[in-house]
Amino acid sequence: MDATELDNIEVELFVQALQRRHGYDFSEYAPASLKRRIQQLAEHMQCKTISGLIEQMMHQPQLLPRILDGLTVPASDMFRDPDMFRGLREQVMPLLASYPQINIWQAGCAHGQEVYSLAILLEEAGLYDRTQIFATDLSERALQQAEEGIYPSREAQQWSRNYQASGGTQSLADYYSARYNLLKLDKRLRRNVTFAQHNLVADSVFCEAHLILCRNVMIYFSNTLQDRVLSLFRDSLVRSGFLCLGLRESLDFASASTSFTPFDERLRIYRLNNHPERNLT
Amino acid sequence: MNRPQAIAIGCSAGGVDALKVLVGGLDARLEQVVLACCHSSSDTVDLLCEILGRVSLLPVIEALERHPAQRGTVHLAPSGYHLLVEEDEHFALSVDPRVNYARPSIDVMFRTAAEVWHENLIGVVLTGGNADGASGLQRIRELGGTAIVQSPSSAEMPTMPQAALNVAGADYCVDLSDIAPLINRLCLP
Repeated sequence: MDATELDNIEVELFVQALQRRHGYDFSEYAPASLKRRIQQLAEHMQCKTISGLIEQMMHQPQLLPRILDGLTVPASDMFRDPDMFRGLREQVMPLLASYPQINIWQAGCAHGQEVYSLAILLEEAGLYDRTQIFATDLSERALQQAEEGIYPSREAQQWSRNYQASGGTQSLADYYSARYNLLKLDKRLRRNVTFAQHNLVADSVFCEAHLILCRNVMIYFSNTLQDRVLSLFRDSLVRSGFLCLGLRESLDFASASTSFTPFDERLRIYRLNNHPERNLT
Repeated sequence: MNRPQAIAIGCSAGGVDALKVLVGGLDARLEQVVLACCHSSSDTVDLLCEILGRVSLLPVIEALERHPAQRGTVHLAPSGYHLLVEEDEHFALSVDPRVNYARPSIDVMFRTAAEVWHENLIGVVLTGGNADGASGLQRIRELGGTAIVQSPSSAEMPTMPQAALNVAGADYCVDLSDIAPLINRLCLP
């Protein structure tokens, strides 16, 4: 048996053990990235093998938050893909403005960079005071970080450039204070944000949203899970509600995509159809 | 030796010119999947697809999320994402942190391709200014694949091929202009 096969057995055992020991199901995550993350986690936790990681996970339940964090959270930037944020600013915000109360779901918010970017857009569009943002993630640790809104200041330059490119007319520095090597986002930006744990694999609809952002989250999911999550978004959106995905995400293999119409194909902004094929269960 | 099923190419600084020579020299009859990862600071690979498309006899496209890797086609890793190959020869993308300061990282692409195609993979490291690709090429060789490294003396930036030679060694270390003919010879019946 070669090393790859051994690795694959261990990955499978890890996924089973995580499910049975802690109730988190990663079996529908895309295998290549999941394997990479499990291997990196084993390395960071000084385990020689994935089997070693399984042992720690089984017998040291306090490690669970760290394990979930390692399996789920990718890095992000403020105003990543500035064109997309410009699209939100110029095309979507004016349409959202017609609602008296706006609900936005940021699904898989990780460390919160996009939540704050969104809050700034809403603030500048004059819509923030009638908006509620639900920022959810599987990882409690990520949610804590998101809620703190503290980031390394080496990112500031790139983020400022992104902000300007997204059509921002002020200075991004107006929204944070910098100290030591850190920048801290103005806490007023999260006055209408609710951070909550939500697992896209297992949990169900919890709000009626006008806009859902879920960028570069489903790229880690199998086609089956992608389709399930897309159905969840369909059932969570108001009619004609907006869905934003990552710029390289493909819906070509998801049957639930028939409920959505491209609003701006290049920016991966979609709208729910007026008569979506909902699951009435 | 089995006929290779896939060719994975990595390059960085100086890579566009090198890819033009390599991809431009590939035989139109190749039935292998071709993958290429070129570090660049631009937001998309649209322009690179166009530049290579003009000199290539094979179609050159961006690798699309969830889509199958196609035979006889050159797929470029999209800017800003790691390109991974799944066991079923479909593509997956990731925004996990940079590897060797790079995303897409050659190592990430090489490693997953090695685990899919094992001894039926050819890994190629071209010019570049860092060491990305070296450990991935080592993985390719560990799993029985073939390693081709551009001779550092023929590279615009010798750092990357030299790092690959130091870490992984190579089955062939040849000048840039000889790489495409070598691949054609290894791949055609």
